[in-house]
Amino acid sequence: MRQQVLILFLANSALDAEVIGWSSYDGTGRTRPTTGDGDEPPYGTGLDALLDGWRLIQASQLIPPHPGHEYDTSFLKHEFIFEKLHEEKGAAVTDA
Amino acid sequence: MLTSVQVARFVASGSLRLDAVVPPGMNEQAVAVLDAGIPPVPYGTPLAEAFAPGSFAQRLTSLPVVAGAIRSLVGPGPTVDHHAVHVREPHQGSAQPLHGDAIIDVRPDAFDIQLMYYPHEVTADMGGTLSVPGSHLRRTNETDTGRYQNLRGQTRLVCPAGTVVLLHHGIWHGGRRNDSDTPRYMFKIRLNPTVPQVRLWNTDDLGDPRVGDELRTVFDWYEPAAGRLEVHNRVLLWRALTGDDTFDVDHWVTRVNNRPALGSNA
Repeated sequence: MRQQVLILFLANSALDAEVIGWSSYDGTGRTRPTTGDGDEPPYGTGLDALLDGWRLIQASQLIPPHPGHEYDTSFLKHEFIFEKLHEEKGAAVTDA
Repeated sequence: MLTSVQVARFVASGSLRLDAVVPPGMNEQAVAVLDAGIPPVPYGTPLAEAFAPGSFAQRLTSLPVVAGAIRSLVGPGPTVDHHAVHVREPHQGSAQPLHGDAIIDVRPDAFDIQLMYYPHEVTADMGGTLSVPGSHLRRTNETDTGRYQNLRGQTRLVCPAGTVVLLHHGIWHGGRRNDSDTPRYMFKIRLNPTVPQVRLWNTDDLGDPRVGDELRTVFDWYEPAAGRLEVHNRVLLWRALTGDDTFDVDHWVTRVNNRPALGSNA
């Protein structure tokens, strides 16, 4: 079993919000995504990824700002992690 | 010298791009000079003393358009923090992770700049520097942003030979994978200010409404809620750079600082 991981950063905390950032890691070895390799996101929204068969495995918690740091900006807040699993049959890797 | 509108754009985006400002004759010399190596400079050496008269780096930083931009952002007499030659070799396996240089640096009223010079044309597949406009005020440390491979509206640099880009020290960036057959060169100099960075540019247009327009810019990768905070934080930086504690854009800072005292008529 091999895992593909897709991380989508969304415009707000809703899963059907617009994708503003994305990363992927391919445990099948078929592709080697890296920093700055594309300007177009793989999906328009997080929901679109579900509709294409990705399984949501983690979503960011909603955490209030620390007192005194309400206006600070830092990491992207709305991170959603998805997976797809692929079964290996002999040398071939097929969708699970 | 830069105008107020240009500096406001720098405050919003964290970068200033000067296309093909280095003459072809210098660009043709550059790769050999960079391959030979630029002599090291101790931290804190005044820029005026850092590079030998007539040397490539001295001529680069003395070009009027480059010198004017440097003076507009960090003022007279900046010091050299460090410099480095970055080469992205052909068909490197991966890109650098997205990062900010040095360590987390949240100075509210001062900033360093990083001058990046590209001696040859950078095409789309040559691994031109990835940078994220408007990321410079984010409070993150070095490569902790490495999980972000792509962000909407990111800049994947494609530029003509002789281009100079000036970056705020906090900008998220990284060298991209070079998928071409040609090495990609970039020479970087980090400069530290030695004077308060207050009205160092040509301020004739300080009242131009386009200053506010620049500071309102939102980038495609911002969450809308965080984008409002970015404008708030730019207003604070603009106040520091102009010495005008009343400046605001769309009431963002004024509103959240309004605390009428007991007994007042406000």
